[in-house]
Amino acid sequence: MKALDAILRKLGAMTIGGVWRLGFAARFFMAVLRYSGQSFLRLPLMIREVYFSGVLSLLIILVSGLFVGLVLGLQGYDILQRFGSSDALGVMVALSLLRELGPVVAALLFASRAGSAVTAEIGLMKTTEQLQAMDMMAVNPLARVVAPRFWGGVISMPLLAAMFSAMGIFGGWLIGVVAIGVDDGAFWSQMRAAVSFRYDVLNGVIKSFVFGVAVSWIAVFEGYDCQPTAEGVSRAITRTVVYSALAILALDFVLTSFMFRGL
Amino acid sequence: MSRTTLDLWVGLFVALGFASLVFLAVKVGSYSDVSRSSTYSVKARFDNIGGLKIRAPVKSAGVLVGRVGSIKLDRQSFRAIVRLDINSKYREFPADTGASILTSGILGEQYVGLDPGGEEAVLKDGDTLQFTQSAIVLEKLIGQFLFNKAAETPASAH
Repeated sequence: MKALDAILRKLGAMTIGGVWRLGFAARFFMAVLRYSGQSFLRLPLMIREVYFSGVLSLLIILVSGLFVGLVLGLQGYDILQRFGSSDALGVMVALSLLRELGPVVAALLFASRAGSAVTAEIGLMKTTEQLQAMDMMAVNPLARVVAPRFWGGVISMPLLAAMFSAMGIFGGWLIGVVAIGVDDGAFWSQMRAAVSFRYDVLNGVIKSFVFGVAVSWIAVFEGYDCQPTAEGVSRAITRTVVYSALAILALDFVLTSFMFRGL
Repeated sequence: MSRTTLDLWVGLFVALGFASLVFLAVKVGSYSDVSRSSTYSVKARFDNIGGLKIRAPVKSAGVLVGRVGSIKLDRQSFRAIVRLDINSKYREFPADTGASILTSGILGEQYVGLDPGGEEAVLKDGDTLQFTQSAIVLEKLIGQFLFNKAAETPASAH
């Protein structure tokens, strides 16, 4: 009986703690948005963050995009040639990349490459009391540290996803046209006939923007809210990666059900 | 405030990102979609549209000339009313042009094929096509075939 009581207590505490934290995260988000104007005025800060979260993620994004495209080329050809429609390989590669794989996989990579780094940086700043020191000097850490990192991520994410998709289509082309020998003209013309800019490309960009906001928000919040100890920072980084992945996949389902209903 | 090497990398990154977007828009997607340019619409009534979808292509002699704008059911006659948005470039379709619902390939999508007639007058916005041919529904075709077969051979004694 006592054990059950303890379990129930723990469950209740976890639930209340979670809701509490969610509320704080929402308030934190609003505060970051409020101080964003100041950090937009100080462009070099923002450019620095675009460099750290965008440019430094470039290599992993491009290489992964290429490999995903190569795999899509092989798998797509294997499936399509059963139906005698291997000419549609371009369509399959382009649509799966633009609609799903581009935004989702790029966001997952971005969360583990850049999101974790942002959490670690802000967490360590908090642990070493740099944030408090800034506050003492009447420098708002939200405007000086958090908002530029948030917006750096939000700006980088759609660009990275677009590069991922472009690289993936190049990979699919390499396998399909160069290696296997699907007709080059059919590959591109079928792709262009089936992919619409507004429906497929733009919806993919919207998706990656939403993922960018979610990942950046989680990353800066976990860093800001971490326990100021070595263990606390490491836990915060783990949480960033786990929560980001969950948020990306759940949001992807929600967005897809709004965007692609087959009409 | 002076320029740094960091700016160069960020500039390269942003340029590359936008270049990818342009590539996706121009090379991969059909940015110059027919639906973007001005169109005129004509109506066509079909007994059965099969699996025709909104935004399906409208082709004449295999050339894309427009897209299906909307599909509705006529409540009086219970026939399907399909609105065809045809690119204003192609204004010269005769008034007795016929429309049929065709399928590209065996597993391909369904589209509307226009067969130009011989009349002098041309189609105008809001016109209704007189001659239409419905989609071929495989189940009906098979049913008809079986029915004919059964009619041919008198039922053997059982």
